[in-house]
Amino acid sequence: MTVRPPRPEPPVIRHLGDTALSVDFGNRIDDVILRRVLALDAELARLAPPGVVETVPTYRSLLVVLDPLTADIAALRAVLADLAVAELPEQGRSRVWELPVVYGEECGEDLENVARHCGMSAEAVVSMHCEPEYTVAMIGFLPGFCYLSGLDAKLAVPRRPTPRPRIPPSSVSIGGAQTAIGSVAGPSGWHLIGRTPVRPFDPDRNPAFLFGPGDRIRLVPVPGSDWAELDARAEAGALVARLLVG
Amino acid sequence: MTTTLLVVACQPGASVQDLGRTGLRRFGVSTAGAMDQGALMRANLLVGNDPGAAGIELALAEARFRVSGGSLSLAVAGPGAQLVLGDRPQDPDASAIALDGDTVRVVPGRSNNYAYLAVSGGITTPVVLGSRSLHLRSGIGGLQLEPGDTLPCGFAEVRPQRRLPPEPSGHRTRFRIVLGPQADSFGPETLAAFLAAGWHVQPRFDRMGLRLAGPPVPATGGHDIVSDGVVPGSIQIPGDGHPLILLRDCQTTGGYPKIATVISADLDALVQCQPGTVIRFAVVDAEEACIAARHRAAQLRSRQTIALSGLTVVDTGLLMSSNLIGGVTDGSDCAGGGKPG
Repeated sequence: MTVRPPRPEPPVIRHLGDTALSVDFGNRIDDVILRRVLALDAELARLAPPGVVETVPTYRSLLVVLDPLTADIAALRAVLADLAVAELPEQGRSRVWELPVVYGEECGEDLENVARHCGMSAEAVVSMHCEPEYTVAMIGFLPGFCYLSGLDAKLAVPRRPTPRPRIPPSSVSIGGAQTAIGSVAGPSGWHLIGRTPVRPFDPDRNPAFLFGPGDRIRLVPVPGSDWAELDARAEAGALVARLLVG
Repeated sequence: MTTTLLVVACQPGASVQDLGRTGLRRFGVSTAGAMDQGALMRANLLVGNDPGAAGIELALAEARFRVSGGSLSLAVAGPGAQLVLGDRPQDPDASAIALDGDTVRVVPGRSNNYAYLAVSGGITTPVVLGSRSLHLRSGIGGLQLEPGDTLPCGFAEVRPQRRLPPEPSGHRTRFRIVLGPQADSFGPETLAAFLAAGWHVQPRFDRMGLRLAGPPVPATGGHDIVSDGVVPGSIQIPGDGHPLILLRDCQTTGGYPKIATVISADLDALVQCQPGTVIRFAVVDAEEACIAARHRAAQLRSRQTIALSGLTVVDTGLLMSSNLIGGVTDGSDCAGGGKPG
């Protein structure tokens, strides 16, 4: 007898007042759920139903922002309920990016602590963190802040008891079972393990946002001695990230 | 030469705001925009701008400006807000004309949080990602205003004076909500207590959110959920059990259960409630919330009609002296006369 993955629970359509509906696929971080969120997002972009202003994919749900002046909320609810259970085509070929990351020392001051918590060497943490091809599950918290899906469960570390008021831009961090690539400087309770010279968000660049939900991310460790040069190139406008497929 | 407003004096919390950013929430960009959007639109209508033109938002404290490089029409809005030109208090429900070199003082209403100043042509600081609104936390849209800042005014000109009926005075303390998205994370008694309680607006109040004190609101499944989308108006219940109503500068996603959402038609009145106010909630469904939003939009359109039909050029001498009388036409082509953002 073959073991089947657990059947996904039926999605729930939830209301956020008169300005949004949320198609909720379940309160957990799970690749099957994320793929359904992204497939629904792509389908809604294709259908462009009237009254929909924009959508926000997250780990577990798709937020569908409405214009209450033009949206027929009952009709939209019905459309979303149908689409949520439909067999939607998987999102087409995703873009795949390769990002250099300097791990440890000034770029990742919590690397040693994470290694200690996980009972492995710092080198082992780095190679385990660079192993997966991550998916940008959602962008939130701050502009361009990418929550990635695909972290090895062995690298899960509870968040810091006291958040730092300000961490450097483009920090690579672990918080609980999640890992992220930061964008602009901001507060964080996550563990800083590295930093990429890549700027996921630059308001003066076109496009301002390098990555979108569903993009694939590969991380490549580079020595700390490369930081100054890479960062200077990025500051001068170079992407520094490589687009492998896109 | 561009007409500008020089910031002579202001307190933290003063910023340029329009109706905010759309289309970039999927990249983590907050909407920002005027806290009291109806008030900004009213000020814009008075000076003949597009209702969504950028103006200056003041939080609690007054500010002073100096007009430089030309003359312009200006108006204030926000409950109780006052406009003073030089030492002459102006009719707060009408536009006024400021000449080159005039000092402009804007005083927010004493029992409200936000006031707006609109100028003919709108404030034309650079558009960033589709809007001139400042989002302080991310630094998108610049910085809070400081004395010494110079704000360009787009295509500024003196326009016929307009007047609107005063806004009804008095505070709303009952706000309509739609339950959810996570009302099912709370037991029936908790939900009943939440709806029955009077909630005290707490002093920790900013453009990101407003905290309430009242009975604890425990979530049955705990207060950490996998992040999902939030909107201005979302009522989050964090681990301390104190509701936090998210406002215009809120993040795009959040990891706390959200018991209910304040409807869009009631958000402007909510942000004007000062700390210490006791507020209550009344449940409506999403369809009723949409109808309320349309009703409010219709009210604004009718104000626009009044503003256009009720033109009164009060001080022709002043218009003459500012050498612009030739440019003053009937109100019909002033409707969207502001240079759109």
